[in-house]
Amino acid sequence: MSRGPGRPLVDLFRFFEWLGTTSWSIALHESRYVFLLVLMIHVLTVSVFVGTAVMIDLRLLGKTMTHVPVSQVVTRLLPWSEAGFLVMVVSGTLLFYAAPLARYENVFFRLKMAALAMAVMNVWVFRRAVYRRVGEWDLDPVPPRRVRMVGALSLILLAIIITAGRMMAYQDYWFG
Amino acid sequence: MSALEFCRWVQYSAPLVAMRQSPILFPIIATVHLMGLALIGGAVLVVDLRLLGLGLHRQPVAGLAHDAERWLLRGLLVMVSTGILLFMCFATKYYYLTFFWVKMAALLLVIVFTLSVHRRVAMANEADVSPVRCKLVALVSLSLWTIVAVGGRYIGFP
Repeated sequence: MSRGPGRPLVDLFRFFEWLGTTSWSIALHESRYVFLLVLMIHVLTVSVFVGTAVMIDLRLLGKTMTHVPVSQVVTRLLPWSEAGFLVMVVSGTLLFYAAPLARYENVFFRLKMAALAMAVMNVWVFRRAVYRRVGEWDLDPVPPRRVRMVGALSLILLAIIITAGRMMAYQDYWFG
Repeated sequence: MSALEFCRWVQYSAPLVAMRQSPILFPIIATVHLMGLALIGGAVLVVDLRLLGLGLHRQPVAGLAHDAERWLLRGLLVMVSTGILLFMCFATKYYYLTFFWVKMAALLLVIVFTLSVHRRVAMANEADVSPVRCKLVALVSLSLWTIVAVGGRYIGFP
């Protein structure tokens, strides 16, 4: 795939093409059971990563655990969500490594990565800006609007991540 | 009508044949099913982690169990309704999969267990329940849900 004189310094297409020819990538791709095991871990960890994140978001929206201070929900449940996220990233990286070019070329994969980046940014904004003044609304059954916005945005992005992740399997079927 | 005949009848009934012809209906239902997994996972973990002395360890279990139950039931509603549709699409395939029946048995068990023993322990006055009993109940609950989840992923493999 020629990119002409303006070829970027790092050509992702060529890089992932090469990555797919490395022996570990081929081994993972062809090892039916290891691959399916990693896929199973990746899918089922949704229940931990997204599950605990959803409960935190619902608290930010004032839809559950309204008697529990927001700071307690965040400090006690976010580590579980982060641990789940770590498992998701590790297993997801392996799934990517098993077929780098196919993932890179998958439109739903790209959508998922974009939504993931936005979700991480949302958490970052929450931490840096919104959560700093948690003392002012910690005990509110329904937190202020800007807090609820963070929770709602997070839920929407998580739904997009799940949807795009599931749809990745259908790219060839739909557009192939 | 045997169970297999029933599965065949469902799978090849006119509405299901029409459903399978749609290229997007099955993926959409499977996606919503996955969202239900997240919802159930969150609602179960909030209570079971607490019973294990983890998670929201400073909160009374009863309050958390009461709050989480609403979301658990909503998650179950999403899961079961989309699950029935997914089953109907390929009923005869699932009929022959041992793991499908294991999943159904575990699901039935965990629903009964959650609404009886688990509920009674979680909603009880904490002074009346030993910590060991709380942890045991949480472990049984988490184990059964794990069987249901693993079974669900397993029967979806080609």
